Amino acid sequence: MPVFLWTDFLLYLLLAGIGLFVFFAARSKPLREPWLRVFRSRMGMASAVVLLAFAIIGILDSVHFRPLQAQAGQDGQPRYAAQIVSVLDVIAGDLAERTEQTYSAPFATRSYVQQVVTDEAGNTRQIFPRLAHGGAHLEGESASVPLDVALRGAAGAIQGLIVWLALAALLVLLLSRRRGLPATTRALWHDQTPLRWRAALLTAAVIAALGGAIIELAGHYHVLGTDKVGQDVLLQAVKSIRTGLLIGTLTTLVMLPFALVLGVMAGYFKGWVDDVIQYLYTTLSSIPGVLLIAAAVLMLQVYMENHPELYRTTTERADLRLLFLCMILGITSWTGLCRLLRAETLKLVELDYVQAANALGVGHMRIMARHILPNVMHIVLIQIVLDFSALVLAEAVLSYIGVGVDPSTESWGNMINGARLEMSRDPVVWWPLAAAFFFMLALVLAANLFADVVRDAFDPRLRGGTGDDSHTPDEQHAQSNVGAR
Amino acid sequence: MRSPVLSVEDLRTHLKTPDGRLRAVDGISLNLRAGETVALLGESGCGKSMTALSLMRLVPQPAGIHAGGRILLGQGDAQVDLLGLPEVALRRIRGKRIGMIFQEPMSALNPVLSVGEQIAEVLRLHRGLDGAVIRQAGIDLLNEVGMPDPARRWQEYPHQLSGGLKQRVVIAIALAGEPEVLIADEPTTALDVTIQAQILDLLARIQRERGMAMLLITHDLAVVADVADRVAVMYAGRIVELAPRDELFSRPRHPYTRALFRSLPGPDRRGGDLSVIPGTVPPLTQTLPACHFADRCRHAWSDCRARPPAWQGDAQTGVLCHLYDPDYPDHPPPDDALEETPDAGNAITDSPAPADAGPAALSLKGIRVHFPIQKGVFKRTVGHVYAVDGVSLDITPGQTLALVGESGCGKTTLGRAAAQLIRPTEGRIQLGGSNLTDAPRAQLKRSRSDLQMIFQDPFSSMNPRLMVGDIIAEGMQAQGLGGNAEKRRQRAAELLEQVGMTRAALDRYPHEFSGGQRQRICIARALAVDPKVIICDEPTSALDVSVQAQVLNLMQRLQRELGLSYLFITHNMAVVAYMAHEVAVMYLGRIVEQGRADEILDNPRHPYTQALLSATPSIREEDRREIIRLKGDLPSPSHPPAGCHFAPRCPQVMDACRRSYPDARHFSDTHSARCLLYPKDG
Repeated sequence: MPVFLWTDFLLYLLLAGIGLFVFFAARSKPLREPWLRVFRSRMGMASAVVLLAFAIIGILDSVHFRPLQAQAGQDGQPRYAAQIVSVLDVIAGDLAERTEQTYSAPFATRSYVQQVVTDEAGNTRQIFPRLAHGGAHLEGESASVPLDVALRGAAGAIQGLIVWLALAALLVLLLSRRRGLPATTRALWHDQTPLRWRAALLTAAVIAALGGAIIELAGHYHVLGTDKVGQDVLLQAVKSIRTGLLIGTLTTLVMLPFALVLGVMAGYFKGWVDDVIQYLYTTLSSIPGVLLIAAAVLMLQVYMENHPELYRTTTERADLRLLFLCMILGITSWTGLCRLLRAETLKLVELDYVQAANALGVGHMRIMARHILPNVMHIVLIQIVLDFSALVLAEAVLSYIGVGVDPSTESWGNMINGARLEMSRDPVVWWPLAAAFFFMLALVLAANLFADVVRDAFDPRLRGGTGDDSHTPDEQHAQSNVGAR
Repeated sequence: MRSPVLSVEDLRTHLKTPDGRLRAVDGISLNLRAGETVALLGESGCGKSMTALSLMRLVPQPAGIHAGGRILLGQGDAQVDLLGLPEVALRRIRGKRIGMIFQEPMSALNPVLSVGEQIAEVLRLHRGLDGAVIRQAGIDLLNEVGMPDPARRWQEYPHQLSGGLKQRVVIAIALAGEPEVLIADEPTTALDVTIQAQILDLLARIQRERGMAMLLITHDLAVVADVADRVAVMYAGRIVELAPRDELFSRPRHPYTRALFRSLPGPDRRGGDLSVIPGTVPPLTQTLPACHFADRCRHAWSDCRARPPAWQGDAQTGVLCHLYDPDYPDHPPPDDALEETPDAGNAITDSPAPADAGPAALSLKGIRVHFPIQKGVFKRTVGHVYAVDGVSLDITPGQTLALVGESGCGKTTLGRAAAQLIRPTEGRIQLGGSNLTDAPRAQLKRSRSDLQMIFQDPFSSMNPRLMVGDIIAEGMQAQGLGGNAEKRRQRAAELLEQVGMTRAALDRYPHEFSGGQRQRICIARALAVDPKVIICDEPTSALDVSVQAQVLNLMQRLQRELGLSYLFITHNMAVVAYMAHEVAVMYLGRIVEQGRADEILDNPRHPYTQALLSATPSIREEDRREIIRLKGDLPSPSHPPAGCHFAPRCPQVMDACRRSYPDARHFSDTHSARCLLYPKDG
């Protein structure tokens, strides 16, 4: 039985919005041109593929349902489990159930923690016990773990590459409709296609090989180890992708209308409108943000405890809390962007083309929508991406002081939060933190690189001539920007 | 003849761009002798600024490459090649032996350092001075550049100085190292005409006194005519003609120079079209085995496109053109007489008499625009900027009224108030029969289609994210004209053809066009709503001379065909003389003199108009008047001087002038001035 959580619903809405935009963009040249320019850059193509991989995982993890149970109910109606699972959980299979007793390092066959056992003779010994699932297929002590990992990893990678080959063949067939198969293959090989498909395919190949190897290994080992209660860290990190994406996108969705409407209005109308909006955001930004969020989240917790009818399961409760966290973060974080937009609008209003539109008798709304908004979009875009990483980090900080996402929600924030005890252990438990770190890094870096390419493509001032083959400076520019940050 | 202090031999400077190598400076040779001023004349993008930077070895890095040639500084044994020197040695030459003056005085000075500190820095570095001596030397320098009250200015910061005074500080800094060579890169372009005259004068005097060599880089033929000894005309990275000034102006040789002269507006061109140079400058990224000007040259033949021309002449004078090559006896140099454009020189006869042509197309009555100066948290009004202070003007249908004045006089504000972009504080604006000032919103919106505006900067006057077709159609859409989207697009295409462009432009973005083309698109946008009056705010001041000619021609033609009236706001007297039927001269928010163009230009009455006209450099020897020097700068419009606003700067000021603002004195039905020098009416 399908289940729609609130955040799922908003995510679908966001996807529908993107779909609608793609539909219109495909028909209108001015909308399509800059996006095509994005994909004419190798960096843009590659980072888009990485983001797409994250997005697919996030979406798979957002299709929730209650699985059908084996025996039907008393009245013949099918019975559903109380537990809500996502498609990703189904794909992961029994990985969630294969828990160990406690910490184990990546690819370990034995526990990381010594245990006192009593053997048949009655002697008590301290040993590192064998794991229940990690490397359980290996016979005896003599088997070489590195060799087994290498073999299975290679096999998985090859399987991944086979899938990739199928995808690549499909792409080539699609591309070759116009130019014929040999010409297309040659163009692809020499990277001479109008859009940089070769970069996309290479990135996809890396992802496929890596993914194939990990899927294969995850069936036999704990690839990224286990946490304190013996749960697989890899699964946690992957499940956290959805939380990260949601906090990054939904918060922006909440924050954007405030920032756009208020910022542009303040800059355009000036006078008392500007005064009111300025006082509003000055006041709001002078209250410590964490205090405001903590107060709101604590109030919400009390409210939710008093109104248990709002949710049926713990999953729904955690989801509701995630949604409110996004909204609270959105409401407290629009001031920065609003201020930037106000300043930019003040500058744009003085430009001759706005004056010319005035002289032509164009209305205020239309001037704002046609002349101001498109010309501040690059600021919005950059701010969104910078905020994206900042929000993912904010989630970690909030989880640390106990006002973040629900403790039962998998999130990088919760993982990093847990790591503060693990880091002070001796010997140190480093893998949960490292896992969260690398997943976050990959996501944020890809998003940053992509945004830089998008900005260059959308900013007409940076565009020289035809723009067909100007990918090299674009990339250099993007890289230097990332370096500067 | 003395040997040169700076000689440039076959200098080549290239820039790496995404489209390949840009040959910004493509083999130029030039000599500068002590005590000589050589002007490097060229339109924007011809490589003249890059030449100046190359001489200082300041070409932007890492894109710039010195691809060849020599720059020899000094004489005899002491001669050094700047291109061969290490950076450390160059630092002892920059500012010490070669001084440089930049175009924009606002950005050439550091805003957080006082004038004194900035001059002292150079004195310490290049003259080894120290302590109290520095201050004295610096104040002497400020004195030399004609800075009033130099001891006080020494402590002041750049923002406390006007543009003209800032440029004097920049000159003082350039002189502080006592250079042998002074490079002035468009030193007066950012300044007003009266200030420009002061600065050019100052440069000429200093150069004479110090016996320096000066390289003056400019796009303004009139500036060249004023100060240069020799002129090098640059086109597309090469020097195409080199000649003493008088020879160049009396007998230009290269077809480009000749075309440039013919495209200059002026009173003798009235009523006719200006001649234009067809085509555009070739992209410098490709190597042309030909004359760079061949595609735009009316004399070009097959050899011009097949072989690069050879320099005909010596180091002092010469021309780079096949026409002057003795190897081509079949193609003699062109004859002056045959080249005059046939329709030039027609008198004003074709324009109807301005009087009694019915009601004015646009009538301004007693317009005042005062901006409040607010201070503190509660925005208390502590004063006003009297930007426009009681201006009345009538624009005759089908004619051009030129509004002339220096920057800061309020002419742009008046234009915007007339276009209802700023609500005037007081006064009435009548368009045709209807009053606009207290019209309801809906009527005001409708009337906007009768009154359009063209702006100065062709780069900021179009939304970079809209396509040209949408930009032109916007007005029609807002006014509900032109039927549906398809018809509007059709109309936009027609408009583009009307302003001399193709309909292919519809689906392109503004940044794909050059300045002149953009200005045409702006004109098309204004025309889209069928206006009766167009307010043109310096529409050609950002354009090169040859492009300016195209735009002015277009505006003249549209006026004839559509019966448009123009309010033409400008500071360029040559354009006024070419375009205007009537002229109004504005000073500090008020009109000081107005009348028909011939009356004002031939017989200016107000001392300010006289000074403005005399300060406008002219390329014709016989037009050159005795320059009337104006003291100081335009006073602040928030504290206008008592009495006649012009009194503090007026060379003919009397006691009575400081008491009250003078009434209008009429010299004819159309000509009047506000000055006490003339007797009261009646």
